[in-house]
Amino acid sequence: MKFISKYRKHRFARPLLLLFSLCALGFTFSVATAAPSSNSMAADARSTLIQEGQQIFLKGCSSCHGLNAEGAGVGPSLIGVGAASVDFQVATGRMPMQDMSQQAMRKAPVYDEQEVAALAAYVASLAPGPRAYTNEEIKWERDGNTAEGGELFRNNCAMCHNFAGQGGALTQGKYAPTVMGVEPRHIYEAMITGPQAMPVFSDKTITPAEKLSIIKWIKSAESEPSLGGAPLGRVGPVTEGLLVWTLGLGLLIGIAVWLTAKSR
Amino acid sequence: MSKELEPLSDPGLPEHIHRKADIDPIAAKRAERQVAILFSLSAVGTLLFIYSFFFVNEDLFIFIPIMGSTNAQQLGIGIGMAASLLFIGFGAVHWAKTLMPDQEVIAERHELKSEQSDRDAFVQTAKAGAESAGLGRRPLIKRSLAAAAGLAGLPAVLLLRDLGPLPGNSLNETSWKSGTRLVTDPGDRPIRPSDLEVGAVAQVMPELAPGKKRTLEDIAKDAVLLIRLRPSEFQLDAERFSWTYEGIIAFSKICSHMGCAVALYEQSTKHLLCPCHQSTFDVTRAAKVIFGPAARPLPQLAITVDADGFLIAKQPFTEAVGPSFWERKS
Amino acid sequence: MTARERIAGNVANYVDERTGAAAWLKKNLNKVFPDHWSFMLGEIALYSFIILLLSGTFLTFWFDPSMRHVVYEGSYQPLKDVEMSAAYASTLHISFDVRGGLLMRQIHHWAALIFAASIVVHLLRVFFTGAFRKPREFNWILGVALLTLAIVEGFLGYSLPDDLLSGTGIRIAHAIIQSIPVVGTYLSFFAFGGAFPGEVFIPRIYIVHVLLLPGIFLALITVHLMLVWYQKHTQYPGPGRTEKNVVGYPLMPVYMAKAGGFFFIVFGITAFLGAVASINPLWLYGPYTPGQISAGSQPDWYMGWLDGLVRMSPPLETYLFGKTISWNILIPGLIIPGIIFTGMALYPFIESWITGDKREHHLLDRPRNVPNRTALGAMSLTFMVIAMINGGNDIIATHFDLTINQIMWFSRIGIIVLPPLAFVITKRICLSLQRKDRELVLHGRETGRLVMLPHGEFIEVHEELSPAKKFALTQHEQPAAIELVKEDAQGVLNPKGIRAKIQARLSSANAENIAKPTAAEVKELESGHH
Repeated sequence: MKFISKYRKHRFARPLLLLFSLCALGFTFSVATAAPSSNSMAADARSTLIQEGQQIFLKGCSSCHGLNAEGAGVGPSLIGVGAASVDFQVATGRMPMQDMSQQAMRKAPVYDEQEVAALAAYVASLAPGPRAYTNEEIKWERDGNTAEGGELFRNNCAMCHNFAGQGGALTQGKYAPTVMGVEPRHIYEAMITGPQAMPVFSDKTITPAEKLSIIKWIKSAESEPSLGGAPLGRVGPVTEGLLVWTLGLGLLIGIAVWLTAKSR
Repeated sequence: MSKELEPLSDPGLPEHIHRKADIDPIAAKRAERQVAILFSLSAVGTLLFIYSFFFVNEDLFIFIPIMGSTNAQQLGIGIGMAASLLFIGFGAVHWAKTLMPDQEVIAERHELKSEQSDRDAFVQTAKAGAESAGLGRRPLIKRSLAAAAGLAGLPAVLLLRDLGPLPGNSLNETSWKSGTRLVTDPGDRPIRPSDLEVGAVAQVMPELAPGKKRTLEDIAKDAVLLIRLRPSEFQLDAERFSWTYEGIIAFSKICSHMGCAVALYEQSTKHLLCPCHQSTFDVTRAAKVIFGPAARPLPQLAITVDADGFLIAKQPFTEAVGPSFWERKS
Repeated sequence: MTARERIAGNVANYVDERTGAAAWLKKNLNKVFPDHWSFMLGEIALYSFIILLLSGTFLTFWFDPSMRHVVYEGSYQPLKDVEMSAAYASTLHISFDVRGGLLMRQIHHWAALIFAASIVVHLLRVFFTGAFRKPREFNWILGVALLTLAIVEGFLGYSLPDDLLSGTGIRIAHAIIQSIPVVGTYLSFFAFGGAFPGEVFIPRIYIVHVLLLPGIFLALITVHLMLVWYQKHTQYPGPGRTEKNVVGYPLMPVYMAKAGGFFFIVFGITAFLGAVASINPLWLYGPYTPGQISAGSQPDWYMGWLDGLVRMSPPLETYLFGKTISWNILIPGLIIPGIIFTGMALYPFIESWITGDKREHHLLDRPRNVPNRTALGAMSLTFMVIAMINGGNDIIATHFDLTINQIMWFSRIGIIVLPPLAFVITKRICLSLQRKDRELVLHGRETGRLVMLPHGEFIEVHEELSPAKKFALTQHEQPAAIELVKEDAQGVLNPKGIRAKIQARLSSANAENIAKPTAAEVKELESGHH
């Protein structure tokens, strides 16, 4: 106690106290919002992949999706959604959902690849649905056509995901996320499963070959450096206008002030 | 007026404070050197421009913090040009600020109004001129001149007639006729109902006659969005329901507000969103407008299948597609 | 006489013998210009215009203003073999295959954005300082015309490459034209040479953009500058500055150096932006086709307010007697902008009617001393800012975790409620600043030093303002309101009737000010205070 009253007025007291409070707050927050730990099975779960998946499901998914994945108010039925949906939703971290907002957002996945495969096998066993893919079997580099993919992207995807795949707003707080930095298999699975607000793009309307082209264009746009300078978010005139009013006019008016100021 | 309130008196321009360069020749020399350095930096900028233009590989990309990976040649010529211009400016301004006279000068303002004698003389001249023209005494000249001048403007307007054709009935017509097949866009493949899962969308166009090319003008009116729901999800009257086929419903993709492409389908809510002005349409209620500035629902295309099982239009659109216009029948 | 002087003399003689220029030059080389940074905002616009002319001419050497269909064969692989218009293909060529082409395209586009922005800040400065009053009303109207033309010119300019984003903008413009009652469909078919999009729109707006409008700009800017030159620039009030003089620096050499230097600086900053910041990467947008659209489609910033107004419009459309009128397009797209710009253009006359002030003014107002005008300006700005925010509502929603529906409703209600609120708050702030000025003049500046008097009282020492400062704070006029004369001495009613009543009412609201201290009051305090 004497220590505290002795150094109460020290000039580092306030900054240190602030730092301590911020750290405490941050720590408390991260603990409170921590996703459930991926504490997987005990060693005796040597049963098939499906049973493994069912165990994980009961622990981490059934509270929202029902004990038999039939749906339970908050979470819809997963019967028939197929392994593709599970692979997309869980391997991108969207599921389990952290907060009950309008939209599941991409975040660090909770389950590892083995667990995702198990979950996918379990859900696929409930009813037939689209199968999951691996990145290796999606031969976008070999079989895709970048230019054709661009045309297809602008025709089918840009209206939600923006011309450069940066994402866009939907109604009531939903949004189409950015497609940059997404694994090819997840792009493919999203197109065939139509997660949340996204519609389904059937293989007959956009053929598998066309889907590969779309992926190739996305990857090309992702790796394409910004030719003219800082890309400003690739969202168009809004950020360009902001730059003019802040940096542009700011610099010019600042220089005008200097220009008319009296010299010493 | 502030006539009753006596204002404070004007103390006049403040004392002139001399700059260092005015009094101290060393400071003046220093300022001169600074100006020279600034002008030299401009020359450096020009050199950077020339070097980048001719000697930097145009496929070279370098990483700059904040900017990311950027084209080196573009950056080089840009910064070079910017520097070559900026430093001339900085040099000139610094020269003016430090070395050129900065004593404030007072100049008189003269009233803008002319001298009364000038004004009178002007009025006299103008009057004399007008009288000698004789317009006042010769109304026949005045009137015939007015008529001729007015008419002479007409050819200028009439020459514009061939800027474009008259609209005629074209705004009410599209390429969709009874029996036209729906084909994918791009790809031009006809579509079977089984090609679409529930929750799927497809961009479609009317099938082209063999040998014909699709123009942008066609696309601007013919673009259609195909959506598949479960039939039970529709809240349509009997007639509109008969325009759907096994849960598949077709709408004009051209927004009824200002013509942007409405293809943003939210599968979860069954809403269509136009990204231009955020008009929102409810697919289950025949694209009824539920939010935003659009005043009319999207026109629905009646569809069915033909003998081969491909989706076709039952009939043309029953109303004009796209934005409204004066003659539009609602 | 040195050799240089002799040569210069010969040249001057040569020119003067043919033009008589010496007389004019002798008077004008010493012309005095007042020096303040806020007087340079119009210069930014002027220099941006020159930059636009230079960079634009460069671009015309490669740009093909044709909507003819071509297949892309240039070096940008993601568009290989894609069908597009020649305009789009030639812009891609400039961007990828012409050295310096992308830089000049970017400089041109950044210069256009700076042009419009600097016109706006220049307009705001002129408005808030009252520089539009007699004899400069005509120059104000020219300025409003220049602003309107700048907006149109910019729109046409970025629409020339025929990409997906700007093509969508043309689609919207087409819908506005088409919605005009009676003649809309005819006008749109004439403008586009048939149905949308047609094959002639780009070549036609090209000529408007590179010939017609620049020509009109040159003419209007010349008259605008000539008026400033001839009427002499206004100046801020202060010691030594009166309505009958101009205090500043002579044209030669100071102004030539500073203004000339500033041109290079504006050009340099614009080039810098063109070098480091990507603008309008139209190879990512793709060529325009009416069947495609991108999320987050906006016009350039100076049209954002128009887009915002259109977005927030209620879905009003009437179908009467077999004719459709789209109020949801006409009101935000034509009627409200028409009212705004007409009101802006006529404002000098409106204000002089309200104040009854028909005199010449060459001394500027400090905004706080004209609370009503300042509040009106704040109100208009608030209106425009809300409209502009709504224009970007989808980008704002995704970046700030809001919904487009929330922002839309905020804008719909806010645009009616917030501007009057801004008016009231601004006026009150102006009046309280006037009060503070009065305090400063009468009681001096608070120094923060506390002194204890012998009898125990604590006072804060106030430092008296210098006579120059006192003068500067009280130099402005506080005209009285126009008295409402209901009837004259013979009992004849005022023929202006209701107009006179409105004028008197507005005038008295306008004349609400905190009375500035008089010389008598100051003297009284000076003798009483220590």
